[in-house]
Amino acid sequence: MSAIAPSNPRYRARRLQNALLLLISCAALAFGLFWLIWILGTLLYEGGAALLRVQLYYEMTPPPGNDGGLANAIAGSALIVATATLIGTPVGILAGTYLAEYGKRSWLAAATRFLNDVLLSAPSIVIGLFVYTVYVARAKHFSGWAGALALSLIVVPVVVRTTDDMLKLVPNSLREAAIALGCPTWKMIVLVSYRAARTGILTGVLLAVARISGETAPLLFTALNNQFWSLDLNRPMSNLPTVIFQFAMSPYEDWHRLAWGGAALITLAVLGLNVLARLVFARKD
Amino acid sequence: MNRPLIRTALRGGEPAPAVADLPAKLRVRNLSFYYGHYQALHDITLDIPAHRVTAFIGPSGCGKSTLLRTFNRMYALYPEQHAEGEVVMDGVNLLEVTRDLPLVRAKIGMVFQKPTPFPMSIYDNIAFGVRLFERLGKRAMDERVEWALTRAALWPEVRSKLQQSGTSLSGGQQQRLCIARCIAIKPEVLLLDEPCSALDPISTARIEELISELKNDYTVVLVTHNMQQAARVSDYTAYMYLGELIEFGDTDTLFIKPQSKQTEDYITGRFG
Repeated sequence: MSAIAPSNPRYRARRLQNALLLLISCAALAFGLFWLIWILGTLLYEGGAALLRVQLYYEMTPPPGNDGGLANAIAGSALIVATATLIGTPVGILAGTYLAEYGKRSWLAAATRFLNDVLLSAPSIVIGLFVYTVYVARAKHFSGWAGALALSLIVVPVVVRTTDDMLKLVPNSLREAAIALGCPTWKMIVLVSYRAARTGILTGVLLAVARISGETAPLLFTALNNQFWSLDLNRPMSNLPTVIFQFAMSPYEDWHRLAWGGAALITLAVLGLNVLARLVFARKD
Repeated sequence: MNRPLIRTALRGGEPAPAVADLPAKLRVRNLSFYYGHYQALHDITLDIPAHRVTAFIGPSGCGKSTLLRTFNRMYALYPEQHAEGEVVMDGVNLLEVTRDLPLVRAKIGMVFQKPTPFPMSIYDNIAFGVRLFERLGKRAMDERVEWALTRAALWPEVRSKLQQSGTSLSGGQQQRLCIARCIAIKPEVLLLDEPCSALDPISTARIEELISELKNDYTVVLVTHNMQQAARVSDYTAYMYLGELIEFGDTDTLFIKPQSKQTEDYITGRFG
């Protein structure tokens, strides 16, 4: 009888392995999804009611026992995150471009990649303390700028890494084709490499935005908090993560509700941003 | 040998003039090429005649693509590669050009083995190269795009979808798009590095027709694995082996009466 038959023991063992691995993979997936859905469910369940109160969006953070909203924290967070992204993204993209397009396998690029990976995994509280030491302690006051600076230090390594990785995926033949037309290197990078890698680079920026939207530790040491409406980046600035931290740790029931509302808001905002970016790029491509 | 080894194209019965009697577009002198310490080309000397199609044949790894990549200095992108000798075009040794390298590359267009459409619209794929050197109004640019696509025999297929992405075309169309992109900037020399190896026979036939037409305006250098293709479209053929130029002459003679035993073995299929 031929060895190629359903009863072949090697074949049966392989089928068994296949079924087993599929089962383990599905179980791992279910495990991950289970927690994710639980987290999202809890957020919406606890924070849903707060999200639906319109006062959340135009009233200031209240003293305990008073009605209020998160308007100053929402505005502060949006401003700090936007500033940090605006500072960190260009630096990150340019550094990633150096690594993938110019440095490639040079020692400088290798060293930069290594240091970048160290920065990528640096605990955010260390970054907060760093900015506290070099900026807040010298300026002698907390400020929105310090918060934005700390968060931008978290943005940079994420964007560097994704830009580097995504540009490396652009086939070299595309670069050569542009160079062969007489295109200078910088123009080839801007017009061809970036275009080919833009979805990936944008995903990296969004990842970074998502990451810093919930960062609390760096802001505790830098932007601190502010009970009042303020858009002045030179002064302490309210922001959602610190408010959530403060309110959730408090013994007051109404502060807890606001903290849940803030947490749900951050999550939904990051989700919305991702969906929006995907829609815009899906249409263009 | 009395029987032709490979049937060559009918050229109206006239024997092709010897290479030495034609004005040379590229003069290659004692060219050696190195990938790091590995020497890929050994002391190549030949003249590429102007307004003719010159084909390079030979087994994989014989250095024919490497030779092509020295003509437009493509190797200069990779610091570990270097060339010695001379490649002279219009009195300038191309290997010594430093500052005006983009100009050299614009004059010597190149089409690659795999189609390389840019991730942009068909129109912008063509306009990309033109914009590097010319400032054209909308109308003039439209005309140039149409002209290039017409020359590349692609216009009728894409005229109604110029704003679609270049990557949405089929493989054969993409390759013609790349040829159009190349001739849109009006180069003097066209380097074709196995332009048909990823294409089906119909697309191949179209591109071969195109090559024969293009030689009226350009000097065409073709690298191919396909000996029949070399025989069909080229006027002159060079056979290379292990980084050396074994034989170079007019295509009919090379295929019908090769001077070298090595060439004969290769084209009769006894080797390679």
